[in-house]
Amino acid sequence: MTRVSTSHVLLGLLATGPRHGYELKRAHDERLPRARPLAFGQVYATLARLHRDGLVAPAGQERDGGPDRTAYALTGEGPHALDRWLATVEPPMPYVASTLFAKVVVALLVADVDRARDYLIAQRRAHTARLRELTAVKTAPTASLDDVLAADFAIAHLDADLRWLHTTLDRVADWHREVHS
Amino acid sequence: MTYLQARGVVRAYGRTPALRGVTLDVAEGEIVAVTGPSGCGRSTLLHCLAGILRPDAGQVTWRGERIDGWSEAARSRLRRTEFGVLFQFGQLVAELTAAENVALPLLLAGTGRREARTAALTWLERLGVAEVADVRPGEMSGGQQQRCATARALVTEPRVLFADEPTGALDTLAGEQVLTHLVRLARDQHTTVVLVTHEPRVAGYADREVMLRDGVVDHSGLGLDASLPGGHR
Ligand SMILES: Nc1ncnc2c1ncn2[C@@H]1O[C@H](COP(=O)(O)OP(=O)(O)OP(=O)(O)O)[C@@H](O)[C@H]1O
Ligand SMILES: [Mg+2]
Repeated sequence: MTRVSTSHVLLGLLATGPRHGYELKRAHDERLPRARPLAFGQVYATLARLHRDGLVAPAGQERDGGPDRTAYALTGEGPHALDRWLATVEPPMPYVASTLFAKVVVALLVADVDRARDYLIAQRRAHTARLRELTAVKTAPTASLDDVLAADFAIAHLDADLRWLHTTLDRVADWHREVHS
Repeated sequence: MTYLQARGVVRAYGRTPALRGVTLDVAEGEIVAVTGPSGCGRSTLLHCLAGILRPDAGQVTWRGERIDGWSEAARSRLRRTEFGVLFQFGQLVAELTAAENVALPLLLAGTGRREARTAALTWLERLGVAEVADVRPGEMSGGQQQRCATARALVTEPRVLFADEPTGALDTLAGEQVLTHLVRLARDQHTTVVLVTHEPRVAGYADREVMLRDGVVDHSGLGLDASLPGGHR
């Protein structure tokens, strides 16, 4: 999975009006409820970079003027950068890179069906538990649209992983039977 | 305490074994997903639990009573009053409209016509198929039929709901709508649900998952062939 471009997410949040760093962090964590929360340091570092690149600029400052006191707004160039990002199609799965996948391959490589199997069983249990948890989040009457979208995304991926886990176990079983018959 | 239970249930169709000794306990108010590969006996198990099929051997008990020995009439009364069954392939009455199909179990239980129709319309609405209320199954899409059958299974607010692939014919969003209503009803009314599915995301709505494989419950954790080394642990 490609890494999320924090700078573009921040540009998007600033498109609705100027905000301070701490407001951006709050808005980020609220709009992307199941993402890893942003660290303040990351927000300020990203804002500094965006400032350097001319995409945001300070919009008024309070007296003692530390970085946390500064509100930022998009410059004229900001919306264009945002547009370009939104218009760019993400390469669909350019690499099959997942720890899940790598562990199964390595377990089979060390020629241990039991190992692969034990790992898959434990992983399946963890995936299923998480899937139930997110399903509960989503079906709660109090869930917001952002909660539902985030849960949907995670559920769809867990569901895909689980299907892959099942198929893989069947394939490993077939393969093992062939090799040992 | 066990509410619904199967003990060593065996069932074959002629010489094809479908269940080879299934033991399963379901607590009251629990939502249990029955999963497993196609043909592993999930529908057969559901039908045995719901008193539709009689096991060749073993027993099915509900609230401590053995129901597998009951007469056809007694089991069919049970299905009309306490159990709700949602079949894998809908099984709506072809001559009746959607609303009439949904109202049917209420009418059979003695509810007045008008009241039954109102309840039927409410459930069709909840499941997103109010527009087919006066349409016969032959003129509905597969997904509409399925939702209509779901409405029919839920309208009596049964104590135990047996649902066989309730979202098999639905897109993700429609399936979710059906499952959300099903789960909310179950939680509110403390309904026990046995949910057959092959989709992990559908099983995610359950409290617990029981996996079948070749007619038996798979305890290995992942439905792997028991003939593999380490298959029994
Ligand atoms: N009416 C029938 N007559 C003969 N054999 C049957 C009948 N119904 C089911 N079977 C056989 O019994 C076994 C279990 O069938 P069952 O319908 O219970 O499986 P299932 O897990 O529900 O499968 P599916 O995913 O296809 O719904 C299968 O081998 C099937 O071929
Ligand atoms: Mg079936």
